[in-house]
Amino acid sequence: MRKKFLAVPYVVWMAVFVIVPLFLVVGYALVNRNGQVTLDNFRMMTQYWGAFVTSFQLAVIATLICLLIGYPVAYWLAREGANVKRIAMIAVMLPMWMNFLLRTYAWMSILENTGIINTFLQNIGFFNLYNGLFGTNLTHFSMINTPGAVVLGMVYNYLPFMILPIHTVIDKIDPKVIEAAEDLGAPPAMVFRKIIFPLSLPGVLSGITMVFIPAVSTFAISKLLGGGMTLLLGDLIEMQFYGSAYNPYLGSAISLVMMVIVLIAMAVMNHFGEGEGEAVYL
Amino acid sequence: MNLKKNGILARLGLLLTMVFLYAPILVLIVFSFNNSKSRTVWQGFSLKWYLKLVGDSRILTALATTLEISVLAMLISTLLGTMAAIGFFNMRKRPRAVLMAINNVPMTNADIITGVSLMLLFVFAAGAFNATLGSVLGFELKLGFFTLLLAHITFDIPYVILSVMPKLNQCDPNIEEAAEDLGAHPWQAFWMVVFPEIRPGVLNGAIMAFTMSVDDFVISYFTAGSGASTLAMEIYAMTRKRISPEINALSTLLFVVVLTLLAVVNIRSAQQEKLAEKRAAMLRQKN
Repeated sequence: MRKKFLAVPYVVWMAVFVIVPLFLVVGYALVNRNGQVTLDNFRMMTQYWGAFVTSFQLAVIATLICLLIGYPVAYWLAREGANVKRIAMIAVMLPMWMNFLLRTYAWMSILENTGIINTFLQNIGFFNLYNGLFGTNLTHFSMINTPGAVVLGMVYNYLPFMILPIHTVIDKIDPKVIEAAEDLGAPPAMVFRKIIFPLSLPGVLSGITMVFIPAVSTFAISKLLGGGMTLLLGDLIEMQFYGSAYNPYLGSAISLVMMVIVLIAMAVMNHFGEGEGEAVYL
Repeated sequence: MNLKKNGILARLGLLLTMVFLYAPILVLIVFSFNNSKSRTVWQGFSLKWYLKLVGDSRILTALATTLEISVLAMLISTLLGTMAAIGFFNMRKRPRAVLMAINNVPMTNADIITGVSLMLLFVFAAGAFNATLGSVLGFELKLGFFTLLLAHITFDIPYVILSVMPKLNQCDPNIEEAAEDLGAHPWQAFWMVVFPEIRPGVLNGAIMAFTMSVDDFVISYFTAGSGASTLAMEIYAMTRKRISPEINALSTLLFVVVLTLLAVVNIRSAQQEKLAEKRAAMLRQKN
């Protein structure tokens, strides 16, 4: 039996549902409403330069924060016993089973001006104390509808995507390698810098990819936590397909440019990490 | 990896991360029992949102759509994906690398781009059909359940392939030949020898496909048109006005179901591991 022919249905499927749609995006990006070939869509895009800058800025910040929290967490988890490790890994993945829109919406309840944090601080007399000390007239902290809240939403939603691949890689490091380094007199900091960190780089690379791509293209999080104050690329694209601004040609052009920038960024990053092996997918 | 145990600071760090991950979930669960619509002020315990949920046909329809799509997409993508993985595995290196690269596209692309590109395809195809054959037959195609299903299968298959592939790599190629030499029909050799070897990968792929489908919002949002609505889409529509606590009640219920399932599966596998260890220890003693 020629087993390779088993792949035929899926190869056809990919051609129709993966390749053709991407060519359609390119095609739509290059024409206008009247079907004429034009570069106008790309020219029009320059007025949305701000959305590009904000999206990439916020996504980079969120990715860095995820790395700063996720790396130590993944490392600490690897040092726990088998039982704690098993439960903790499930605990990291479990929130993903609850719809992300709802979890993000719950952050609204926490961060609002009359939300849980502000009410709590009010009730313990924090604001009275603060105003008494500094002579101010503070009634609440403004946390919702700020770029900071959007970053918090991204970090919250995508942190597991950083922890999981890094943990998988660190957990697989052969303990003998570490023991050997210690036997040869390397202090703990050196063991980490020379052994554990370089060996964990593939996990870090795939963690960065898995956080950055959804973060830079998100459209629901910014709507909920940014209160429409922060226009991101995802919102912009969605507006072109569903909003009052209906213009799939411009939307395709923005999608295309975003896709190309992300691809280049990922290629550059993987190139720097090349000596350390390819990024791993879960 | 086996390292020194964590100090108090590391434990505190882990604890804080868990608090961060579970704070909103806790808020959501607590307020599903609230005796008012408020999502910040507690006004007494009540089960009224759970009772209202039972009678809310809109939410229940969305739940049914989500489950139907997820189960169908899981079945079809597991079948197609496993076949494709076996096919890819038996190809030469070059074509396999090209096809695997295309297979990775929906996973590495941002969801919104997958969603938008599929939407363009469906709108384009439906438009072309309606203008030609459809107008002759008096029949109009629209985006809905079917396009939603096609989209879900498209983003589910890559996960199936990625979890079946490693199992095929681990499989000893000689055992299948041995089975055929001993007179097994190629189909028998596959079902009785190869399939049991790759079954954990197939199962894992099916679970991942189901999870991805249940969890998806962005791609569904762009490919369902106005013809169908999943739970995530209903929730998104609600966030624009006000989320009904009924949704919190439903999510709490789903969360408890998943938690119970995970607990059962893990306790069982932990018990099996312990048994295996005991047996191994006994064997060692005998020797």
